[in-house]
Amino acid sequence: MHSKTIAELAEGLKIGDFSSEELTKSFLQRIKQYDAELNSFITVSEDHALAQARAADELIAKGASSVLTGIPLAQKDIFCTNGIKTTCGSKMLDNFIAPYDATVIHHFNQAGAVMLGKTNMDEFAMGSSNETSFYGSVKNPWDTTTVPGGSSGGSAAAVAARLAPAATGTDTGGSIRQPAALCGLTGLKPTYGRISRYGMIAFASSLDQAGTFTQTAEDSALMLNVMSGFDEKDSTSVDKDVPDYTANLSQPLNGLKIGLPKEYFGEGLNADVAKVVEEAVAEYKKMGAEIVDISLPNSHLSVPAYYVIAPAECSSNLSRFDGVRFGYRCEDPKDLEDMYKRSRGEGFGEEVKRRIMIGAYVLSAGYYDAYYLKAQKIRRLISDDFKAAFEKVDVIMGPTSPEVAFKAGEKSDDPVSMYLSDIYTIATNLAGLPGMSVPCGFSNKMPVGLQIIGNYFDESRLLNIAHQYQQTTGWHKQMPEGYK
Amino acid sequence: MEWETVIGLEIHTQLATRSKIFSGAATAYGAEPNTQACAVDLGLPGVLPVLNKEAISMGVKFGLALDAEIGMTSVFDRKNYFYPDLPKGYQTTQMDFPIVGKGSLIIELEDGTTKVIGVTRAHLEEDAGKSLHEDFHGMTGIDLNRAGTPLLEIVSEPDMRSAKEAVAYMRKMHSLVRYIGISDGNMQEGSFRCDANVSVRPKGQKEFGTRAELKNINSFRFVERAINIEVERQIDLLEAGGTVVQETRLYDADKDETRSMRSKEEANDYRYFPDPDLLPIKITSEFVEQIRETLPELPDAKKARFIESFALKAEDVATIISSRETADYFEIVADKCGDAKLAANWVIGELSGYLNKEDTDIIASPVTAEMLALLLTRIKDDTISGKIAKQVFEALWNGEGENADAIIESKGLKQITDTGAIEAIVDEIIAANPEQVEQFKAGKEKVLGFFVGQCMKASKGKANPGQLNQLIRDKLK
Repeated sequence: MHSKTIAELAEGLKIGDFSSEELTKSFLQRIKQYDAELNSFITVSEDHALAQARAADELIAKGASSVLTGIPLAQKDIFCTNGIKTTCGSKMLDNFIAPYDATVIHHFNQAGAVMLGKTNMDEFAMGSSNETSFYGSVKNPWDTTTVPGGSSGGSAAAVAARLAPAATGTDTGGSIRQPAALCGLTGLKPTYGRISRYGMIAFASSLDQAGTFTQTAEDSALMLNVMSGFDEKDSTSVDKDVPDYTANLSQPLNGLKIGLPKEYFGEGLNADVAKVVEEAVAEYKKMGAEIVDISLPNSHLSVPAYYVIAPAECSSNLSRFDGVRFGYRCEDPKDLEDMYKRSRGEGFGEEVKRRIMIGAYVLSAGYYDAYYLKAQKIRRLISDDFKAAFEKVDVIMGPTSPEVAFKAGEKSDDPVSMYLSDIYTIATNLAGLPGMSVPCGFSNKMPVGLQIIGNYFDESRLLNIAHQYQQTTGWHKQMPEGYK
Repeated sequence: MEWETVIGLEIHTQLATRSKIFSGAATAYGAEPNTQACAVDLGLPGVLPVLNKEAISMGVKFGLALDAEIGMTSVFDRKNYFYPDLPKGYQTTQMDFPIVGKGSLIIELEDGTTKVIGVTRAHLEEDAGKSLHEDFHGMTGIDLNRAGTPLLEIVSEPDMRSAKEAVAYMRKMHSLVRYIGISDGNMQEGSFRCDANVSVRPKGQKEFGTRAELKNINSFRFVERAINIEVERQIDLLEAGGTVVQETRLYDADKDETRSMRSKEEANDYRYFPDPDLLPIKITSEFVEQIRETLPELPDAKKARFIESFALKAEDVATIISSRETADYFEIVADKCGDAKLAANWVIGELSGYLNKEDTDIIASPVTAEMLALLLTRIKDDTISGKIAKQVFEALWNGEGENADAIIESKGLKQITDTGAIEAIVDEIIAANPEQVEQFKAGKEKVLGFFVGQCMKASKGKANPGQLNQLIRDKLK
């Protein structure tokens, strides 16, 4: 049961092969069995999950179910869940129980999906290895001495080890696509504004976007159908019709124009990874696609611009964690200033504090123009690069990550090298474009991800392109030894 | 040395929206602490602001009333600082692109002259909560009911040269925001308050002196006193060879002094940047025109019309139009009774007296405009005298009858106009006071008043005064 996709499980539930309760219990059992080692969950909501499963079974029996009814899912612990602890991977929120559901959670509840629990993540989604979590690092099921990627590392590891058939994530600079690549999964970050951010704890508001970890592109489409849409509680969500994302999956790819940016295949890319990605591109050529060399000339500016804009926004977004109304408060504060300093000093981890300081600095009087304003101008240049590219091609392909999963601890003391893990993914967030990572082979027995970047709101096409690849290749079906 | 005072005001006026500027929580005043604060107002993790469109409409309406530039694209920014009653750690406000740009306001000075005061801008922002230091035994309580209440901050140019001008500007602005219905202007509840930037310079000098900012003054009287005291302080300081430091000061009404809150060096770096949770607001010219349609007649236009069509004294009109409600009330009374002068006298006199005494707003007056109009009509048609009318007014105020006619009837106050009846009274009084008759005949005109008084008393005030006068004169000849 555990190795099935959402589509297959939905079919099984529908024809009565198994109940949602049985299915949920089997995943809960796997979590018990494997997660002590992987540490992919912060909270396992067993009672809640079983109650949801039983309710789903009733809906199915009545014939009132939809595709996701009764399907167990794991939710990144960045989405607020009414009555169940939401930590965002931080000591700051170790005691925080939201009195509301994130819109994403609300949509899954409405669809009758089952929440197995809340997955581990880098603290406040800041990290690329899931090593900054207050709840300990997460291990990559493909090789537990390596990292699963981050910040949605818990979701990636949980789905890779089939502790859940699929999971949600969030992607601010690559936090879905990079861990999906490192864990051999299909990861989707939709267009900025496609999915409501309400109840999703903000890291960098203008970049954050929710998305999915699944085994297949088809499953991504099924989840996206439920998650997408305008939300009046989020002014930045876009009021645009939600198509049926499964409708175009089977379109042939004849004549598809794929752009390969030369900047994504240059220095810094592991040669083995490059080879695997090139083979995947060759596969598309066989399927009838046309390959076009393109350039995104400002690519090299994306990491520096991102590390001004994202910290700037986070420094302000994280100001509300002050020990006054909720979350961590230090013991016996002397006075107000002492309470602020110690609550925040003790409640936040190193990487979060580093980014708050960078952010406060780039916004401060006298530096704003040189950093924040300049980064915003670069952001525009990067968007313009993509705009020009999409006049020539339908989609852009390249590697998701410059290398396969690295060893735990390898980059922990070197923030800049850690930041470079997201060198190919960050630009899409700056431009607000949708992007996917699709498993496309292995290097040193570790999964490699192919990144596909689309034009605004072109998720249907991305899913179609990924799905077609998954019809002719079997990389996405590979599972890590020891979790089969 | 002769000194010149330079004043600029920042007025914060609370907008009369039903819900907060970025959440659906109610804005009503005086609720139990934290009962009108939702997840957004509390700044809980993951929640997002949603702009209340009514606040935008009100901002535009204000801009149109001032004939100011309207920000067709306006942007909300975050002003970052830590304070316990500031839940998000930043205030959402407008920095570079406010909803209202340059405009001006004409104020009237005591000598009857007018002066144009420049308005730099007006922007929308959210209010903070309240810190409560009493009753918590060394701790501080936080009430977030007010957090997220919409404010319009109106910033003037440093165009005022005296505390009196500042008060005139503030009063005019207060009247304007109430006229156009964007604020209740309630100063006790903090719905209309101001910060005053005050500096002095030697008369004739071009450059401004160093200013001090007086924070959060919530009455016209305090504005005048705070500014005067601050001006005195600065002049004393300068004349003693000292320098004024740029700082924020607080006016203490009890001690009648200003004292330093924080200096420029201690001032926060607010790290303003555009709020990524709110998209820039783009306004269409159609929208602006729709709002323009809803603008009422503004105070200056109303004043001109009243002077013109009612032939009233300028100072009476100024009093009448000080609030839109008073002006509306007056206009109904004047139209219905057909005597604007009489209507003005009663609205400014009797009615205002009662309203002040009972601390009641004109909208809540137990004597409605229609009721007063009927009462005045009864003076005009000689049913009652002006003096009796005051009795009737009091009875109306106390709810003793549904209108003037009912009270005149039930109390038997109808004026005696029957010559025979008045004659009988006059004859009786003359017969009873032969001594005074003699005095009158000896040329002592003043005695006439005595007879009128006695006759009026005998008629219980109901005799028609004109008729009475004439009859007494005739009889005494």
